[in-house]
Amino acid sequence: MAGESRRRSDPALDERRSRILGSLRSGAEGRRGALIATISTVLFFTALALLITHSPGWPEVRSTFFDWDEFKDSLPEVSRAFLLNVKMFCIAEVLILIFALVLAVMRSLPGPAALPLRILGIAYADFFRGVPTILVIAMLGFGAPALQLKSVPTSTTFWGIVSLVLIYTAYVSEVYRAGIESVHPSQAAAARSLGLTHFQALRTVVLPQAVRRVIPPLLNDFIGLQKDTALVGFLGSIEAFKQSQIDAAATFNYTAFTAAALLFVALTIPLARFTDWLVARDRRRRQATGT
Amino acid sequence: MVVLALAGCGGSSSSSSQATTSSSDNPCAKSALNLVNAGQLTVGTDNPAFPPWFGGKEKSPWKVSDPRSGEGFESAVAYAVARKLGFANSEVKWIVVPFNTSFAPGPKKFDFDINEISYTPARAKVVDFSDSYYDVNQAVVGKRGTKIAQAQSTADLQGFKLGAQLGTTSYQYIKEFIKPSKQPAVFDTNDAAVAALKNGQIDGLVVDLPTAFYVTAAQVPNSKIVGQFPTGNAGERFGMVFQKGNKLVGCVNHSLNQLKADGTLQKIQDKWLAKVGGAPILH
Repeated sequence: MAGESRRRSDPALDERRSRILGSLRSGAEGRRGALIATISTVLFFTALALLITHSPGWPEVRSTFFDWDEFKDSLPEVSRAFLLNVKMFCIAEVLILIFALVLAVMRSLPGPAALPLRILGIAYADFFRGVPTILVIAMLGFGAPALQLKSVPTSTTFWGIVSLVLIYTAYVSEVYRAGIESVHPSQAAAARSLGLTHFQALRTVVLPQAVRRVIPPLLNDFIGLQKDTALVGFLGSIEAFKQSQIDAAATFNYTAFTAAALLFVALTIPLARFTDWLVARDRRRRQATGT
Repeated sequence: MVVLALAGCGGSSSSSSQATTSSSDNPCAKSALNLVNAGQLTVGTDNPAFPPWFGGKEKSPWKVSDPRSGEGFESAVAYAVARKLGFANSEVKWIVVPFNTSFAPGPKKFDFDINEISYTPARAKVVDFSDSYYDVNQAVVGKRGTKIAQAQSTADLQGFKLGAQLGTTSYQYIKEFIKPSKQPAVFDTNDAAVAALKNGQIDGLVVDLPTAFYVTAAQVPNSKIVGQFPTGNAGERFGMVFQKGNKLVGCVNHSLNQLKADGTLQKIQDKWLAKVGGAPILH
């Protein structure tokens, strides 16, 4: 808080702070509010901790989910397996950003001639947003190699990435499309009146504005993607969750799940904070330029 | 209650003499057992119930087989133990217990779970195991005409992509004894493992030997048991799983000992796992 108050008036930050700490005002009233907030927070979390640690099953839960020795044993292997999650996530993310943009542009094409493309885009987004991720992974991962075609890879990780790309392309294309539609039509009209073609207007005027606006929801989807890499384990690839399942089955102790969960959270938190920072920066800039 | 229980015991054949002698202080008298559901033995296993462990025609909610049929090795063992404890067949109730939940913390819904679960010291810290009802060997299944089908030894398997099923000790076996150069795959379910073998996504599937016979006979066309691994380095055995501290373990062990002594267990094994044994050994 000390660091934040050093900066001059920042509406975005003020709003965030007020959202977290309740309506705090300066001076004595503010100190009183902070005191109440501290007391209520401490009371709430102490009560919650006492409730959990005094429940009849707590000793058993503690030894099955939070066993320090098991944690030390499983963490190195689970971390190594987690590299596969990171790899899948990085490859999938790049492909999704490209394909989703193509799909979004396809869906916003004007004119009657582009109708088949628009229908295809809608059908694609509906289908892949509708089918549960684990089903797509299972059907593609075991179905495609079952064709026994020489040129079709059998790697489960490959098909896991393909499934994630197919599904998240559908989600992310919707995010892009929302961005494109949020750009006022006068922008495109002005660009066209300057003699730009539809694609030139899209590329140089509409998309730069659209993409900037949708960066927070885009990152939100990527946090989801990070977590869904765990579903690829269904195909047999040993990623972090599968490794923790192996450890849990070998020892009948779930502490390895806790280790896997911590790794996922450790990857997600920086991305979430980065998203918050981008939103705050964007708001500052827009307020500075008065748009 | 005691009278009723005695009457019940009198109805069943072999256990009657043993149970009636000291019913009041015999901790294994049916009336003295601390059961999940009073008056019945609740037995858990996973669904689908695969041969040769379970047999009979599939009947809802069970798939592939029906544990209630008394057919198949584990079903037969469970009913034999139940009879020794003084339960009539109709007093044995089967419930679906997925492998992953058989060791979940908290009170168990079953008196015991019989699901090809191998004893390990680490697992025994969390649940109680009965004595062995089957000493098991691991085996590797491959497709005929592929390179792995020619493997003669454990060392020959090192260059192949191997798979195992989650929760089995087969994966540990691969990691510790075969040490393959390629990362093995681990599947949540039997059908996922079988699909991967059919597709050639793995070269060989490591499973326990009786399951290997079922996989080759019924699940993967044109497949064969490449070989079984020698018993020595694993010494693996299946045990029934109990809630930690459940006193029923002692009674079930007592029944198992009786079944071993009078040859019943061997007879059940001969009947349902007869084919097992002919597979070549990979040294």
